Amino acid sequence: MARLIETLRLTAEDAAGMLERGDVSAAELHRAYRAAIDARDPELHAFLTTVDEVEGEGVPIAFKDLISTLGVETTAASKILAGYKPVFDATVATRCKQAGLPLLGKTNLDEFAMGSSTENSGFGPTRNPWDPKRVPGGSSGGSTTAVAAGLAPWALGSDTGGSIKQPAALCGVVGLRPTYGTVSRYGIVAFASSLDQIGPITKTVRDCALLYRIISGRDPCDSTTVDLPEPVELPEAEDLRGLKIGVPKELNETEGIEPGVSERVNGALALAKELGAEVEECSLPRSVDFGLPCYYLIAPSEASSNLARYDGVRFGFRAGDGDIRQLYARTRDEGFGDEPKRRIMLGTYALSAGYYEAFYGQAQKVRTLIKQEHDALFERFDLLASPTSPTVAFRLGERTQNPLAMYLSDVLTIPSNMAGLPGLSIPCGLSEGLPVGLQLVGRQFSENALFRAGHALEKALGFDFVPERLR
Amino acid sequence: MNWEAVIGLEIHVHLKTRTKMFCRCAVGALDDPNTRTCPVCLAFPGTLPVPNKQAIEMTLRLGLALGCEIADRAIFHRKNYFYPDNPKGYQISQYDEPLCLNGRLRLPGPDGGAEIGITRAHLEEDAAKTLHVGGAEGRIHGATASLVDFNRAGTPLVEIVTEPDIRTAEQARRFLQLLRQTVVELGISDAEMEKGSLRFDVNVSVRPGGSDELRTRTELKNMNSFAFAARGIEREIERQIAIYEAGGEVDQETLHFDPGREDAPPLRSKEEAQDYRYFPEPDLVPIEPLREWSLEELRAELPESPAARLERVLAAGLDLRNAEALNLEPARVTLFEALRAAEIEVKTAAAFVLNDVAPHGVDLARVDGAELAKVLRERDQIPREAFDAAVAASASGGFSADEYLRERTVADASELDPVIDRILSENEQQVEAYRGGKEGLLGFFVGQVMREMQGKANPKVVNERLREKLGA
Repeated sequence: MARLIETLRLTAEDAAGMLERGDVSAAELHRAYRAAIDARDPELHAFLTTVDEVEGEGVPIAFKDLISTLGVETTAASKILAGYKPVFDATVATRCKQAGLPLLGKTNLDEFAMGSSTENSGFGPTRNPWDPKRVPGGSSGGSTTAVAAGLAPWALGSDTGGSIKQPAALCGVVGLRPTYGTVSRYGIVAFASSLDQIGPITKTVRDCALLYRIISGRDPCDSTTVDLPEPVELPEAEDLRGLKIGVPKELNETEGIEPGVSERVNGALALAKELGAEVEECSLPRSVDFGLPCYYLIAPSEASSNLARYDGVRFGFRAGDGDIRQLYARTRDEGFGDEPKRRIMLGTYALSAGYYEAFYGQAQKVRTLIKQEHDALFERFDLLASPTSPTVAFRLGERTQNPLAMYLSDVLTIPSNMAGLPGLSIPCGLSEGLPVGLQLVGRQFSENALFRAGHALEKALGFDFVPERLR
Repeated sequence: MNWEAVIGLEIHVHLKTRTKMFCRCAVGALDDPNTRTCPVCLAFPGTLPVPNKQAIEMTLRLGLALGCEIADRAIFHRKNYFYPDNPKGYQISQYDEPLCLNGRLRLPGPDGGAEIGITRAHLEEDAAKTLHVGGAEGRIHGATASLVDFNRAGTPLVEIVTEPDIRTAEQARRFLQLLRQTVVELGISDAEMEKGSLRFDVNVSVRPGGSDELRTRTELKNMNSFAFAARGIEREIERQIAIYEAGGEVDQETLHFDPGREDAPPLRSKEEAQDYRYFPEPDLVPIEPLREWSLEELRAELPESPAARLERVLAAGLDLRNAEALNLEPARVTLFEALRAAEIEVKTAAAFVLNDVAPHGVDLARVDGAELAKVLRERDQIPREAFDAAVAASASGGFSADEYLRERTVADASELDPVIDRILSENEQQVEAYRGGKEGLLGFFVGQVMREMQGKANPKVVNERLREKLGA
């Protein structure tokens, strides 16, 4: 019997409760979200593929389309992978299946996760549910839009330089970039291996913890993964007593942070004090200045190598059938969009003989400095706080002609990513009617602390995650 | 002028692991094309390498056998290049932090021997195999299509690089032989050139004798046997010397030999300066051998090195050819040494092992050398069949020489002469022919006598008696 399930406000935890009580079946729930997708996605374009079969008895989920799904097209939003159906599941997909989460579909992204607006998709941009003339951020813009617009109760994204945290901020949802090595990358179409992490995108911090519990932990197929030192705890406490929050001034005062963004973040920090946290200014003098330039050496270098396998020989798109050089050149020229090409060129250059030491080698050394600088702060603080993005959602096309302006979208998320640290973005209010994200960064494996702080602040802030125009 | 060659080798050896280097596919390069593949070794998007522990252990054992330093921390690098046999677009290899460094292999020889430095031994994955069809002899030139077989892709491969310490083609041959034997006896590789599980490249340059300069070198590729390599190196040395003596300069180039036709002049190609854009493989964590292995234990488990064995055999006074032949199997040397301990003369002992025992398919490791030595000492005194039977039985438990030595041969001329006389009188035609100069007929008479005596005649005495009577 068809019943109206309102997906806009439904959290994954609530949905799980409905399933448990038998108020609704997994198939009905899945259908409700599919109906929401049918109704709202033509405008938003969060999904590249939708799935009809309901596999599992749990709360349905959407995956960023760089997560390999057995038999379901996986494109990384690149024409070079159009039509590619993996013969295996990514480890995170397997874990979601084992947890009984049926797949709703695959969400849009910047091609190969290269971008901060989801405009670099080979299959058209995604639009922000708060204002469809604006971008949802990126590269996990499809997943954050899906969650914000009630098209999925929760979703997985990937974060290399800020690709979960930044779109979560711009769409007014919760996003976790986990500690590097806690979530398997097996089956994730690689962008920059030493930075890529899969993470949850949800409406609430508790949902985020629930999903992180499902996907995290060592995977024998990914040598860089480890077991969590402690189990994931669902946050309950609504105070922040005993918590020391550092506010790095470089992350809070850097040029380009909109006044409205600062205001909301400062408001959240004032609230944190009221909840019992100690809040104190601190400094990351080198991490912010050098984080972005170093990131744009390391990530493209790794990408230039990771993207070499798209050669038209074994899978995906192929153009030309003459000699092998022509096959490579045409396949890659026609298959890749501008941004992957730009990064392949940057990375190839940075790794070349004679330049390696000055670029890639030097960037790795600076990366070590950035880690040390963060480690030093974590001797004094439990968490570091800042805006997630310097600005609220910008208009489509506003930064597409200026790659550097686009790259600066991640200036606040990159430093802790370079250090391999976990970061949580939670919505902390509106500026000009658009969501502002608060970034909380913790020490390695401190996800539980992030959840606890995020949950208490979320309760105190009372942010309504349903976009105003959809209420 | 007196010229000296400077030769260095790069040897690739397939490791005999059950599975590939970074995935769980069974190793089987020669199985039906593309049946030993999975998403990882086909480089499907999102797949990640997981290192094969057995391959790392084998490399450590090789490193220890070659006297290398084992790194505390070794890392894999990506070597980037485009080719259809390279599915990821990069090969996972080792670069400036390999597992094994600074070793040496002692090369015993009649000249007092030499010590060849091992620069490094590192672990990497092999490429797939490309097959060019429609052109001449499988070459890419003129081919209409290329097929790729990914079975071999990801097979664990150890690369061993020597210092340029080798001075002659013959030394290079001996080094390759000894290194091959070392890996075979370590049980880490079949090292069979025909199957492609051992391949090598040679770098050759020459310089005035006594100088320590390093001149332009050429690289020799595709030689499919050690003897072929020795001859190829020899010719290349002569060619370079001739160029310098004519006042010319040697070009840096690669000489690609045709493995099927040794006499064909090698194809030459200029060395392209390839930029492989090496960088540390971010999908793998560093290997820390000392954390997972006890080098002392690994070292204690090493078998005796073929080099040490060869040294001993040479020291016993054997010539190099026979010493190398003996050294091909440890058990041959063990038997040889048991025979020597029983005071069998060096050459006799070696010849016996190589010509009588080894070809019989006797399990050398189980032969009682001391008992067999007794039989060998009485070889002329017992019938041929008894001798052969003793050799064949020498590996069985409880083998005793006595039962074979009991069957003495007849050496008494007074017993043999009547038989010999009868044979000669029955074969007058042959006797005449012999006396007319066909001395090869002696064997015929010996055979007749032996048959008459049912093999129990002493061949030495039969020979002597026959010669005497036929000469009369």
